[in-house]
Amino acid sequence: MVKKSLIVLPFLSGVLILGVVLAASLGAVVVPFDQVARLLLSRLPGVDISPTWSEGMEAIILQIRLPRVAAALVVGFALAAAGVIFQGLLRNPMADPYIIGTSGGAALGATVALLLPLQVVWYGFTLVPLAAFVGALVAVLVVYNLARVGPRTPVTTLLLAGFAVSSMLAAVMSFLMMLSGTGLRRIILWTMGGLGGGRWEQLMIITPLILLGMGWSYLYAGDLNALALGEEQAAYVGVPVERRKLTLLILGSLLTAAAVSVSGLVGFVGLVIPHVARLILGPDHRLLLPAAALLGGLFLVLSDLLARLLLAPAELPVGVITALVGAPFFIYLLRRSKREYGF
Amino acid sequence: MSEGRYILEAREVDFSYYDGLVIKSVSLGLKKGDIVGLIGPNGSGKTTLLRLLSGFLPPKSGSVRLSGRDLGQMSRRDIARLIAVVPQELEMLFSFSVWEMVMMGRTPHAPRLWGAGRRDREVVERVMERVGIQHLAQRPFQELSGGERQKVIVAMALAQEPDVLLLDEPTVHLDINHQVEVLELLRRLNRESGLTVLATMHDLNLAALYFDDLVLLNQGEIVSQGTPEEVLQEANILRVFEASVEIQKHPTLGVPHMVILPPPR
Repeated sequence: MVKKSLIVLPFLSGVLILGVVLAASLGAVVVPFDQVARLLLSRLPGVDISPTWSEGMEAIILQIRLPRVAAALVVGFALAAAGVIFQGLLRNPMADPYIIGTSGGAALGATVALLLPLQVVWYGFTLVPLAAFVGALVAVLVVYNLARVGPRTPVTTLLLAGFAVSSMLAAVMSFLMMLSGTGLRRIILWTMGGLGGGRWEQLMIITPLILLGMGWSYLYAGDLNALALGEEQAAYVGVPVERRKLTLLILGSLLTAAAVSVSGLVGFVGLVIPHVARLILGPDHRLLLPAAALLGGLFLVLSDLLARLLLAPAELPVGVITALVGAPFFIYLLRRSKREYGF
Repeated sequence: MSEGRYILEAREVDFSYYDGLVIKSVSLGLKKGDIVGLIGPNGSGKTTLLRLLSGFLPPKSGSVRLSGRDLGQMSRRDIARLIAVVPQELEMLFSFSVWEMVMMGRTPHAPRLWGAGRRDREVVERVMERVGIQHLAQRPFQELSGGERQKVIVAMALAQEPDVLLLDEPTVHLDINHQVEVLELLRRLNRESGLTVLATMHDLNLAALYFDDLVLLNQGEIVSQGTPEEVLQEANILRVFEASVEIQKHPTLGVPHMVILPPPR
């Protein structure tokens, strides 16, 4: 029996590369697919391809489209991986990367930053992504500490504390929005999410963080499988449950915080892509975690492409596309599966 | 008593959840190759004692020792290589296949990064054959019947290659044929592989049939322990369970067999 992952992961990676090239080639100026592929290949170390493209094309691809495509890619990776982690950890099919306060914290952080009359730029980061990143992590820490009962952090209290803190943060945010005047539109756009803000300098920091977070989580794929047995039984097969919960919570929140700092609150990817991957590939986290990440990257790259193209030159919020295209596909998968989907 | 005489030993263990002791100064030792049934009424502390012996709950005072080492000082991974636990119920998330589930028993042995190796697969195949569930390998666990599920969970526990197997009511929701099947399996594992077994049991007659020794627990205290003949006495049953019974002899095996005497009508 050939291992499923040896077929699935290379296949998904291949499709993903095609998707990236496609997304880079389409736009207001269409650069032919093969030209984009050659241009990208020429950038790889040790590859010598003489340019057959104009400098203008190169600038469009490398400076405008590719940062955006790359942002979609890593945000998709991070949100889907975080979704897999939170669903497995919290044993809840409605869990997504935002469920324990990250979104509320990030949104409030971003709102405050958008309203402050400050112009700070630090390694290509403006204040907004920084504040979103920090806000997300602070919110999770607060939730985690509120949810502790003695030496344990029960999943139920974690979910409820997450809900309570998120509600409070949302209330503060509504209040700020009411006072914000002309800033209101920017706040709303940020909360809808978008990838137009992708910049190389920022991605150079966020991408390693996301890849590291994914790699680290992968070490615990086997433990996530065992957690499906319930916390008590997971302990009996050798998982230090509370310690592992904390680690995975931190990793999932870091991935989420990194993603929202780039894109704002892109919804749907982190909730539904893990389910889609599980429906197609089964629940083994050793395959599910990397496969869902690749699928999330692909999905967000293509969604962002549609968001740019459909009403060009105007842009749709990418969250509109992820939900409008993703939800029917997800429903189709749910209906098609012959067995009851055993979450 | 000498250190290391027991493979698993509770020494004067107290435990309470909030207030009021649930387990009161319990001392209990299992020697290698023992097969012991833990009996007692609902709420007598059977499951709690099992959780203390498996290190899931830390004792309030006293200690639990595994081959002379304090469980509280050991990592979950180290404990899981020596003690496996079969719970009364398992609420399984996601539709893992039987094969994948039994493989989870290899968690304390498997290296993090590479997952299952050849030896892990061999062990999984061997225990599935032993338990008689090879034909279920690709079926989702969630679709199995109660008896099949119980066997899968036992196989998962055996895949840990433990020295001690603890079971919480292994026969409770099963039809009589599956009850016998599971208990025969435990006895075979005990006799053939020297596996040390401790199981809480609801059905006293089954307990007498399949276990060499019984421990009777009442309100968190051990009130009697020894062979089934010693423990299953009419006075004990009346005192602890408040039920009138007559102890007879099992027709073929000669172990005690209880017949219930209902109050006069």
